[in-house]
Amino acid sequence: MNSQRREALKSGGALGLFGVLVAAGLITPEVAQAAWDKAAFDAKTMDDALKALGAGKPADSKDVQINAPDIAENGAVVPVAVKSTLPGTEFIAILIEKNPSMLAASFTLPEGTAADVSTRVKMGQTSNVFALVKAGGSFYMTTKEIKVTLGGCGG
Amino acid sequence: MAAGPMRIRAASNGTETEVKILMSHDMETGQRKDASGALIPAHHITEITATHNGRVVLAGQFGPAVSKNPYLQFKFKGGAKGDKVSVSWVDNKGEKRTDEVVVS
Repeated sequence: MNSQRREALKSGGALGLFGVLVAAGLITPEVAQAAWDKAAFDAKTMDDALKALGAGKPADSKDVQINAPDIAENGAVVPVAVKSTLPGTEFIAILIEKNPSMLAASFTLPEGTAADVSTRVKMGQTSNVFALVKAGGSFYMTTKEIKVTLGGCGG
Repeated sequence: MAAGPMRIRAASNGTETEVKILMSHDMETGQRKDASGALIPAHHITEITATHNGRVVLAGQFGPAVSKNPYLQFKFKGGAKGDKVSVSWVDNKGEKRTDEVVVS
């Protein structure tokens, strides 16, 4: 009857303090990351990723810009900046077509935050990089190919 | 691996505050193998939140494709010298970290 509890204790021991807290129900991993959009981050194709983000078929827009190198020597650290001049930009996502999972990062921008975000991503190989933006309730997208000389996913 | 403190800079030019964040995290993808050929489990930041005087100014979600020791830069309207900008992250193992900086 108590086998479940025993399992919980066993795994608690193996996982250390966090495991114990999880087993005891004090913290659940689900609660800790309730808002993380797993479906979108697990998406393997562009269509799946767009669907998971609720983007449908975004329109190409010149008002969305990707600022990144044409050639990245080290795929483990590729600087990517996304800027949108569309009024009311509230969401920015960076997707990398040939990575195992396309979505690299997404940002929600509250009123007052500039639609201009920079970060660094890993790229396994030369690929198109997409910047997806939501502005005024509609999705827009732009693409840039970044050539990678040394892949960054195999380490 | 225990994550170290974030390095955060927040600079105001009078109308806008520019925030630069360097997090300390392995951002393990879950695709790599160790020397014995076993997969190294994914361990990466999933969510990051930046607040200015308690108001959220940026909410981000990261997948494993964000580089090791993630860098992030953004700008928000307002913010004056002496204000506080606080940044928190959570990773896929439930580890958390929050650091705070005074706007300069």
